Amino acid sequence: MWEYTEKLKDHFFNPRNAGEIEDPDGVGEVGSLACGDALRLTFKLDENGKICDAKFKTFGCASAIATSSVLTEMIKGKTIDEAAKVTNRDIANYLGGLPEQKMHCSVMGREALEAAIENYRTGGKKKHELKGRVVCNCFGVTESEIERVIRENNLTTVEDVTNYCKAGGGCGGCKGEIEKILEKIQGDKAGQVFETAPRWAGRLTNIHKIQLIQQTINEQIRPTLRADGGDIELIDVEGDKVIVAFRGMCAKCMLAEYTMKDVVEAKLREFVSDELFVEEDKESANQPHNHRA
Amino acid sequence: MKTIYFDNNATTKVAEQVLKEMRPLFCELYGNPSSMHTFGGQIGRKIRQARRLVADLLGCDPTEIIFTSCGTESDNTAIKGALAAVPNKRKIITSRVEHPAVLTVCRELKNHGYTVVELAVDKQGRLDIAELEQQIDDDTALVTIMYANNETGVIFPIDRIAELVTARGVVFHTDAVQAVGKIPLNLAKSNIDLLSLSGHKLHGPKGVGVLYVGKGTRMSPFMLGGHQETGRRAGTENVPGIIGLGKACELAAKNIEQENNRVKYLRDKLENALLEKCPDSMLNGDKENRLLNTSNISFEYIEGEAILLMLDKFGICASSGSACTSGSLEPSHVLRAMGVPFTAAHGSIRFSLSRYNTEEEVDYTIEKMPAIINRLRELSPFVTK
Repeated sequence: MWEYTEKLKDHFFNPRNAGEIEDPDGVGEVGSLACGDALRLTFKLDENGKICDAKFKTFGCASAIATSSVLTEMIKGKTIDEAAKVTNRDIANYLGGLPEQKMHCSVMGREALEAAIENYRTGGKKKHELKGRVVCNCFGVTESEIERVIRENNLTTVEDVTNYCKAGGGCGGCKGEIEKILEKIQGDKAGQVFETAPRWAGRLTNIHKIQLIQQTINEQIRPTLRADGGDIELIDVEGDKVIVAFRGMCAKCMLAEYTMKDVVEAKLREFVSDELFVEEDKESANQPHNHRA
Repeated sequence: MKTIYFDNNATTKVAEQVLKEMRPLFCELYGNPSSMHTFGGQIGRKIRQARRLVADLLGCDPTEIIFTSCGTESDNTAIKGALAAVPNKRKIITSRVEHPAVLTVCRELKNHGYTVVELAVDKQGRLDIAELEQQIDDDTALVTIMYANNETGVIFPIDRIAELVTARGVVFHTDAVQAVGKIPLNLAKSNIDLLSLSGHKLHGPKGVGVLYVGKGTRMSPFMLGGHQETGRRAGTENVPGIIGLGKACELAAKNIEQENNRVKYLRDKLENALLEKCPDSMLNGDKENRLLNTSNISFEYIEGEAILLMLDKFGICASSGSACTSGSLEPSHVLRAMGVPFTAAHGSIRFSLSRYNTEEEVDYTIEKMPAIINRLRELSPFVTK
């Protein structure tokens, strides 16, 4: 049985704004019977350009119905521009959270809202259609949609992507491609400027140090190595000694020692602490790569 | 709130008489049957008695009964044990509608060089016996086909299948987890080599199962260790579970026919009323050859998990083949194999009854269900009024 919040159950058993607006200003239809969930969202604007009424019709499980119900509540009173800023995270948070495997319900809500806004902006002409290359044929999910859920929800695994937009949840044939999209986006992220202050200003506890080291490896070091077909895994931290293991191409690389000092150690000193030094764990270098690390 | 339990293919209530038999085995008679002292030895006698009761229900010899920890273990042992006994043969024949305890094992064996043939079923969930016959060749090591389907209740003609499979010199296993206790069996007269059953599906406890290994069937043990179960399944016996299962089998054997009639009456009443009162609903599975306790109905345009939660509010327990209930994104593999449209599969509900259900419970469900279906259809974008 799913762990649903009380708020979600309330919106499922007592859905708000169920139905359909006659002569609406915007209509958004997403999903299909075959996919297991579908949502038809209609809204109407008042003279000030604010959404004065919104209604939904949903085919789907309890969380699909509840997310549709809260979505109508959330957008009422908002202008189109304000409504356009609602993300799937906002919808899920409004319900007090959703089980991970049900996050796609919140994404369906956001997609329906977007489709309805687009429909309004094009004067009722445009119906929702898939844009760009379809990656997952089973559920009709495009590359741009996959990229978007990854960015907006900071997803890191193929399983996450499936939970959020269903891609990869059918035959599974596109999982390799999703993996590539994930890698590409994680690579992009590394190129971005670190938004927060990179160094920890206060006293560095052991727990925080290890977290920062892991974070730096994930965000700053791994993408660089992956670009060359390699990878790195954090094995242990003993005081200021950081023990790591190279994987993939890096494990066999003649320049590994250089990479260790010039890339790994330099980045860790830059983002965590000047005192750190790095050692390679030779023993585990021969073991099979653990993808979950 | 009263619980109305219509999910007996998932698990069943432990019969009071079963619990009574089990109770002293925890704090009083807790000895190990392998021990040399009288205190442990008396447990050995009780296990022998339980083995006899299981054998009586199955119509076989007690030496053909191996106690395991669950139906899944029995299936794993049967499949892997039978294959290990004929290492030069590399083909397994099964069906697309098997329980995951069989299907996942077979599919995994593909990674170890086995060819796996998954036989298709027709729209009513029936096998094509001619196709099965055709698939058996010299390389075939094992045929494993379930006795009755857990989702639809559809019963396969297992005695006939066993006869034609074994006539070709191939080992035949059946997962009879849903059948035992509901269908009278007489294994002495059948050609079934291996049969799995599970205690908790017939009002016995969870954590105990049986693998029947017919005399002369070659099988390598799966669990290695001590000499328990004459070396065919190592590990200290789950004494309370085994004794409980023995009692459950005794009870099942005693009233199988009388109870089946009553359960069938209740099931039919529920099924007919729901199909009549809810438009756009249909029965899944072969209406004739079906477990007497199971009814699988699809309600178009709405989704199963939502129906279940609404039923739950009234204390009614059932299950669904919809994608959302499993955490996967695709609906039941059984309904899809039968070619049930996705739309109907998403809205499928399984009611599975037992001897503990009452007519009052059936009437209450008949009263509540149409309103639930209507309410969800009001929310559905696929219903246009």
